[in-house]
Amino acid sequence: MEIGGLIFLTSGLYMGWSLGANDAANIFGTAVGTRMVRFRTAAIISVIFITAGAVVSGAGTAHGLGALGAVNALPGSFTVSLCAAFTVMWMTRAGLPVSTTQAIVGAIVGWNLFSGYPTDQEALTRILGTWISGPILGACIAFVLFFVVRFALNRLSLHLIKLDRYTRNGLMIAGAFGAYSLGANNMANVVGVFIEASPFTDLSVFGFTFTGTQQLFMIGGLAAGLGVATYSKRVMMTVGSNLFKLSPVTAFVVILSTATVLFLFASEGLAHAMESVGLPSFPLIPVSQSQAAVGSIIGIGVAKGGRNLNLKLLLNIVLGWVATPTVAAAISYVALFIMQNVFMQQVFT
Amino acid sequence: MARKQEPISKQEAGREGIGRVFGSRTKALEMEIDQYLSCVDQCVLLLGEALKKYLDGDLERFEEKSREIDEAEKSADELRRGITHRIYAEMLIPDSRGDVLGLIETTDNVPDVAKRVVSHFSIEQPEVYPFLKPDFEELIEICLKAARELTLAIRAFFRELYRVSEHLEKVHFWEHQADQVEDRLKRKAFESTEIKQFSKRVHMRYFAERISLLADEAESVADRLSISVIKRSI
Repeated sequence: MEIGGLIFLTSGLYMGWSLGANDAANIFGTAVGTRMVRFRTAAIISVIFITAGAVVSGAGTAHGLGALGAVNALPGSFTVSLCAAFTVMWMTRAGLPVSTTQAIVGAIVGWNLFSGYPTDQEALTRILGTWISGPILGACIAFVLFFVVRFALNRLSLHLIKLDRYTRNGLMIAGAFGAYSLGANNMANVVGVFIEASPFTDLSVFGFTFTGTQQLFMIGGLAAGLGVATYSKRVMMTVGSNLFKLSPVTAFVVILSTATVLFLFASEGLAHAMESVGLPSFPLIPVSQSQAAVGSIIGIGVAKGGRNLNLKLLLNIVLGWVATPTVAAAISYVALFIMQNVFMQQVFT
Repeated sequence: MARKQEPISKQEAGREGIGRVFGSRTKALEMEIDQYLSCVDQCVLLLGEALKKYLDGDLERFEEKSREIDEAEKSADELRRGITHRIYAEMLIPDSRGDVLGLIETTDNVPDVAKRVVSHFSIEQPEVYPFLKPDFEELIEICLKAARELTLAIRAFFRELYRVSEHLEKVHFWEHQADQVEDRLKRKAFESTEIKQFSKRVHMRYFAERISLLADEAESVADRLSISVIKRSI
């Protein structure tokens, strides 16, 4: 592979790093912030399971995203990915609600507009549909889980000290599931735009053949791991102590329900199983993890009687649906123009 | 008699190391908390016994019970220190650590009050007039009930959170009753013509207030507990 190819991959690596630093931190934020789980344990679990999720099950959502627009030149992929990452960084700094998923979709639409390729309306509708159904599903799952956990706790009458031990283990298991689902569902945001223009060829190691796509997902997973190792601790401490103050048991419910949402929208096996029995399957689309988490928190708020429901959270979600893709599409369009006309790179074929 | 906490031997520490895997650390802490609450219960029950003996004029048995209260209070103190150390040293319940330690610290005021009440009786030996004896007995009985409900509430806090409020309501009820009996007792003492000296009337008032302090302390722990319950409920 040429050095140029590697350079163009850096924006994807940056997206991966950002996924590890921010989204993985959402999974273990409360657990580490409240010191229920050590950072090192959380980091190891995150790295292993994000990478596993990405390699084993990441391709499904990548196809879903690819249906929107197949970025077919490496400099184009680089620009689209960089613009999504820049949108996330800029909006985060400005304190605006932002989601990697919505940023990458906006950036791809920007590429479609620039290159003149038509945006598949059906794919776009399907993606927009999951943005709405993701948080709603999160709220419903968290609502049910909340009552199940509360019933179980009342029934079992565990000593506070024993409950503490079970909660720690529960947070680690749910965290592993959350990391796996994150890798499976959201890694498409990181490497999806590179698939069509992948610089990798099949690689055989000890009799195993890794396809170019699998190698991409593996690299994405490692970049996320780097994000976890280098920056996520700071974010975890913020999530655990500032943002949404959750008790460890409530955090367990939120992680489990968020992970379930991401898993439902990422698992090819589940989709096939549902189709085989004649049930409608979930579309394999990247959904916003933070919005699924906010949906879950709202679900718990409703289960508690709706007294502490923060309607600003709902407004943030809706704002994220509109603002993030619009900003990302605009930045992507301008950046592609500069890339093509200033740096003389072919951004589409 | 409350069991004294023995220092952990090297062998026991070794067993603890192995037990880490099987959660014996948490089991030990659970036991220590239960033992601590038993010590508090014991202090309260012994206080009732001691004061009964005093009111019956059996000073020898009263002093004997006083010494037992002393021992139980000392054991409670040692257990409390052990629990605090264990929770911090072994990084247990990080989320509710502050609440649990605060709860145990304030609960410690209950055996402290029991110890001080018998000590004051022992030193000052107040002359309890026969017409006030039934009121003192009633006050003691009610205060013991308040303290007993408190320890039940604390036990429920650790095991059955949904049961705490019913015990807390009873603590508040008995504290209110104690206030009424205390008020009645003090009025009787000051309105009676049987007590000739003003200082003795004051003495009766003072001891009524001292005994009633047990219910007051139980109520202040109960107030703290009710906040912890809200924080702990998911």
